[in-house]
Amino acid sequence: MRYSFLSVLLNGLSGQRGWKPAWRDAAPKPAYDVVIVGGGGHGLATAYYLAKVHGIRNVAVIEKGVIGSGNAGRNTTIVRSNYLLPGNEPFYEWSMKLWEGLERELNYNAMVSQRGVLNLYHSDAQRDAYARRGNAMRLNGVDSELLDAEGVRAMYPFLDFANARFPIRGGLLQRRGGTARHDAVVWGYARAADRLGVDIIQNCEVTGFLSEGSTITGVETTRGPIRAGKVGLAVAGSSSRVAAKAGLRLPIESHVLQAFVSEGLKPLIDGVVTFGAGHFYISQSDKGGLVFGGDIDGYNSYAQRGNLPVIEDVAEGGMALMPRIGRVRLLRHWGGIMDMSMDGSPIIDRTPRPGLYLNAGWCYGGFKATPASGWCFAHLLAKDAPHETASAMRLDRFRTGHLIDEKGVGAQPNLH
Amino acid sequence: MSRLATGGLIDRSRPLAFTFDGRRYTGFAGDTLASALLANDVKLVGRSFKYHRPRGIVSAGPEEPNALVELRSGARREPNSRATVTELYEGLEATSQNRWPSLDLDILSVNRLVAPFLGAGFYYKTFMWPSSFWEKLYEPFIRRAAGLGRAAEGDDPDHYEKANAFCDVLVIGAGPAGLMAAKTAALAGARVILADEDALPGGRLNAETHEIDGAPGHAFAAATIAELGALPNVRIMTRTSVFGVYDGGTYGALERVSDHLREPLPFQPRQRLWRIVARRAVLAAGAIERPIVFGGNDRPGVMAAGAVETYANRYGVAAAKRLAVFANNDGAWRSAFAARAAGIEVAAIADVRPTIAPALLERAKALGIRVIAGGVVAGTAGKTLARIDIASGSRTDRIAVDGLAVSGGWSPNVHLTCHHGGRPVWREDIAAFVPGALPPGLSVAGAAGGTFSLAGAFREGFEAGAAAARDTGFAAPALDAPRAEDESVALAAFWHVAGSRGPAFVDPQNDVTAKDVAIAHKEGFRSVELLKRYTTLGMATDQGKTSNVTGLAIMAELTGAGIEATGTTIFRPPFTPVAIGALAGHHRGTEFRPVRLTPTHGWADEQGAVFIETGAWLRAQYFPRAGESDWLESVNREVKAVRSGVGMIDVSTFGKIDLQGPDAGVFLDRVYINTFSTLAISKARYGVMLREDGMVMDDGTTARLGEQHYVMTTTTANAAKVFQHLEFCLQVLWPELDVQLASISEQWAQIAIAGPRAREVLVGVVDPGTDVSDSALPFMGVAEARVLGGVKARIFRVSFSGELGYEIAVPARRGEDLARALMAAGAPFDITPYGVEALGVMRIEKGHVSGNELSGQTTAGDLGLGRMASTKKDYVGRIMAARPGLTDPERPSLAGFRPVNPAERLRAGAHFVPVGGPADAAHDQGYMTSVAYSPNLGHWIGLGLIRRGQERIGEKVRAHDPVRGGDVEVEICAPCFLDPKGERLRG
Amino acid sequence: MRIPCPYCGPRDSSEFSYLGDAAPTRPDPAAPGAEDAFFDYVYLRDNPAGPLEELWFHASGCRQWLKVLRDTRTHLISGAVFARPKAEVAR
Repeated sequence: MRYSFLSVLLNGLSGQRGWKPAWRDAAPKPAYDVVIVGGGGHGLATAYYLAKVHGIRNVAVIEKGVIGSGNAGRNTTIVRSNYLLPGNEPFYEWSMKLWEGLERELNYNAMVSQRGVLNLYHSDAQRDAYARRGNAMRLNGVDSELLDAEGVRAMYPFLDFANARFPIRGGLLQRRGGTARHDAVVWGYARAADRLGVDIIQNCEVTGFLSEGSTITGVETTRGPIRAGKVGLAVAGSSSRVAAKAGLRLPIESHVLQAFVSEGLKPLIDGVVTFGAGHFYISQSDKGGLVFGGDIDGYNSYAQRGNLPVIEDVAEGGMALMPRIGRVRLLRHWGGIMDMSMDGSPIIDRTPRPGLYLNAGWCYGGFKATPASGWCFAHLLAKDAPHETASAMRLDRFRTGHLIDEKGVGAQPNLH
Repeated sequence: MSRLATGGLIDRSRPLAFTFDGRRYTGFAGDTLASALLANDVKLVGRSFKYHRPRGIVSAGPEEPNALVELRSGARREPNSRATVTELYEGLEATSQNRWPSLDLDILSVNRLVAPFLGAGFYYKTFMWPSSFWEKLYEPFIRRAAGLGRAAEGDDPDHYEKANAFCDVLVIGAGPAGLMAAKTAALAGARVILADEDALPGGRLNAETHEIDGAPGHAFAAATIAELGALPNVRIMTRTSVFGVYDGGTYGALERVSDHLREPLPFQPRQRLWRIVARRAVLAAGAIERPIVFGGNDRPGVMAAGAVETYANRYGVAAAKRLAVFANNDGAWRSAFAARAAGIEVAAIADVRPTIAPALLERAKALGIRVIAGGVVAGTAGKTLARIDIASGSRTDRIAVDGLAVSGGWSPNVHLTCHHGGRPVWREDIAAFVPGALPPGLSVAGAAGGTFSLAGAFREGFEAGAAAARDTGFAAPALDAPRAEDESVALAAFWHVAGSRGPAFVDPQNDVTAKDVAIAHKEGFRSVELLKRYTTLGMATDQGKTSNVTGLAIMAELTGAGIEATGTTIFRPPFTPVAIGALAGHHRGTEFRPVRLTPTHGWADEQGAVFIETGAWLRAQYFPRAGESDWLESVNREVKAVRSGVGMIDVSTFGKIDLQGPDAGVFLDRVYINTFSTLAISKARYGVMLREDGMVMDDGTTARLGEQHYVMTTTTANAAKVFQHLEFCLQVLWPELDVQLASISEQWAQIAIAGPRAREVLVGVVDPGTDVSDSALPFMGVAEARVLGGVKARIFRVSFSGELGYEIAVPARRGEDLARALMAAGAPFDITPYGVEALGVMRIEKGHVSGNELSGQTTAGDLGLGRMASTKKDYVGRIMAARPGLTDPERPSLAGFRPVNPAERLRAGAHFVPVGGPADAAHDQGYMTSVAYSPNLGHWIGLGLIRRGQERIGEKVRAHDPVRGGDVEVEICAPCFLDPKGERLRG
Repeated sequence: MRIPCPYCGPRDSSEFSYLGDAAPTRPDPAAPGAEDAFFDYVYLRDNPAGPLEELWFHASGCRQWLKVLRDTRTHLISGAVFARPKAEVAR
């Protein structure tokens, strides 16, 4: 069923009785051309683009729980393409372009809202670092603006300009950045992929891999073996655990990143603002909740929850930046498990096991990458060659030293 | 007025005036805002989130979904405050939310008319055409219509605190189970903290009419609290919500120190965040009454049965003049009887069960209450409730009432038990979720665990308290349980009156109806997680305390799978919302982070320094003088003064690490790329260290003070990181090395003097007889000497500026003395204090790398330091630095840059692109890392990383800086702009 | 999270800084195949969901590197010892 004003109107008149399931709850078939492991945004987008762009429709997405219950549903919904390094920027910009057309592409309102992403700077060195980044974006044809303090004040007059420990001196603004409704992205891709024939198989956990020699030929699951021409892993947060079943060790650690939402408020913050002198970023959802976060807790974790030191650190950043939110109440906080890679950048590549492909290492930046990640992973699966925008995201870059280290902190995942 | 003539735990001798939407009312001390509003017959208190339907008070506790107000005003305005837990105070100011122009007449209530089209998921299916309308039209409208209250209008003027507490046993909740647990553990000798969110401990004892040991329940609670309060090992924390269970027995708690006052008292915080570390904890947080979902169930006047009882007994307020009860359980009957006893007319009790316990029927009959067994509410009427329709069998009774007390049973407050991922389990007999796997050290007692009778609560409280005491090493006393009734709590699960008239709200705050659950079901959003996310059920400020189970049950009815198979509710922290200000404490404004001041800060301040944040440090940026028009003029003067005379700067912020032991030299050889074991005593050497991945970590000079004694300097930014790294290398990598490390950054003040006259100044501060001549203290020489008349000092002849220079280190407390002495000794040479700006200019003139170049993305080779690397030894980072990606000759490497037109300004962050070529990513050759105006050369200079930089001296490129509108043609040159042979510093 | 520092007693984890898995040991740089061994050491991790012995530095305490046995699924800590084999630190 196509969604339109008319469909909403007709269903309203008929007591909402006409809706059909947004996607089929499929049972596994014995074999597929491609099996994608992981029913998050990346896995579903991959399946969608395999079907849509490459005509490969005999595809299954298998998910151990329900779709979108991992990081796709546990993030702070920011979309942006304000990266520095050549290995990253074209990819994230491609993602941004896909975001910009996503609703029409999927016939699903994912509420992509380009209200701007503003990264504040508090020193000359930080300004110059942002200039470097903003210039790199411009060289890639991406919008970026370097604001001074007055420029920031014009956008967000209620920030702490008067009494700050680290005065706000300006910011790097990407106007095309913003937010999207994370769950809707998952549902939109699921529904669109389903309509192209993709099987979405929930409550189906991978327990092992089928192989012939070193070649991976399918997956063992809690719902039986499923053969596949190719298997793609898109299980960020659990990449090491799943890859280990294929005998692979990855340059990845799993870390917990907490996220926070406040009670609903009338509009206060229009775009996304990032504090440059602490770990804090914030936006406001269409429902009115302030959605904010900070740094990862910093220790390996699969527990999907964090601890008070980071919660307090984030709140401190918030109060240092915008002291009027003191009386706004934190409603809920939770943790997601991040694939923290050794250089802070993702991996979309073949693996040493023929037939097995890897989409991993998204750190805390996976959500914004969803469309391009799906696009590029589908490209890799279909053509056995990397997509041009993801050609640097190789698994062997750690061995060769062609790292994509935006922060320059080296092989220590908890610092990225 | 609905205030009962007598009764309630309020102080009728203390009337309190307050306003709601500008109208003045009066309540009493002990009231909440909700009880005071009800006492004043205010039933309409808010508008709902989506449809703007009129809403009234439904509960008497933290679960309240409807009665949310803006409390106070201006900078203290606090949105979404639950009237049911807001203690009344004199002058309280409350305003209704989410309505315009007024609560009574809300324009957006027209949304109700289009409600049939606004079902679950409607946003996702529409607003897509045309695309540009989303940000411009649809979304702004949605954003304005959504949200509830408005945030404060200014910076929060109040203060917040953080505190730590440690105990053997933390008891959460001071109801009957909690009181008993606390008393038992306390009498055993354990250190006990008893925390309760209420100002008045006692829980339901204050709301119901139990008799315990012959006394009223509230009196028993008060007596027990008094008894506990007298014990030295007990701390009672009222107005304190334990909101989260974290790791290692750490509990987050919020104490509302001053929320019951108009403003905090002087020097008092508004709220205090507690981190309570408890060896054991007992969750005795009680339970929350659930509604039954039926059409028109959101009409003001529909209320939880227990809340009606609470308002009558605790607050002396009749929530209705004429009440009906709709329930599925025995407990609600007692609420009805209590209301009747308080003087409220009870028109009818409709119970969904066809068969009712005879004792209840008798009691109802005795009180003259009509009973409709097997009856359900089929509809309601009135702007505030005026009438209900009760269907039983084929008959419908229309009953005029202004209050309807509803009870669908009770949901244990399992929230905290879920905070470590434990999933509650379904108990069919009480139709409720009870705690599943518990966080370590936490046990549950009373209603929070599904034991609803008073006697059961006492019993479990005792058991939990005794077990917690035992576990922490204390022998528990024998049970001395108070005598209380083991009253019946029988119920028949019942969730939803199908076919009732009008929208039936499951989650009233988010306006999620039973029909929305049905839409989610139809569209396949059937698992609990998907149901929540698709419909927003349970996502409002109450986090589904009254709606989650009901929504789940309705979904289970639709799937036919049963509640257990459909899923479970899971709760995330915090239990009740926590002010962000409280979580931040005093870390805001200038106190966001501590400030580190250099030892000479006071002196620099006297000299008129402008200070700048450098990490945690505040350093002198420059020292303006009268008549100078801008910072550049001052900096130029400072630079010229150093290069022509002498200047001084505090460099204490550099990290300083003392290394001693027979293996200190070997150790340094392993952490630096170059060799230090061969360094002569009383000499210093510049060193570069790598991370194990081959990138440069830090640089600095390290001096050898003795055979087994070195002192290292690090960059300011990396001081802590390098120290941690060295301790790692020593303790983890090479524990066999006999070396001791100590950070001495804080112990030594260090001042650099630089310039042609530096030696003459130095002579003026060293004690008589100290030889600091070029032969005694040559370039890179080190001397341990005495200055200022016997003060121990270390003198390093090193230079960052490229001039003859010394760094003089003295014990930190003498730093300021040294600064003043240098100023005096330097007066004949017009010694000039200079700041970090001038320091930066001079290091760029000399081509020295600093933080901008040590970006963690550069190799020693990139920075032109590759030749320093020893090939005769291993060191951290050596192997990985040899990878092709790190040795690629195409890598950008360090070079100097000068503008072809000397009048043009350079900017760091500009990218290098070819002259005449396109400015795009494919032609991006590198970027400018640092720039400065060189007053000695009379133009801007820069350092940067550019592809094959060291081979391209003399070539011209563009420094392209589109974000600042810059595009400057520059010539690549050697990074050292001044005195490349280093003659000046050897002078 | 509370870490039982063998020198300082149980302390909040915020006093410590974290490095990661304690299992990888720095390879012999002179051995054949050192490049592969270092790649493995620097970059590859087992990243288990379960008990993990890991390195923490008591930065705001005794400055000792500790090996802490912690379960990455539950954050439960079952013990901590000095990373340095000889407990010279325990003076």
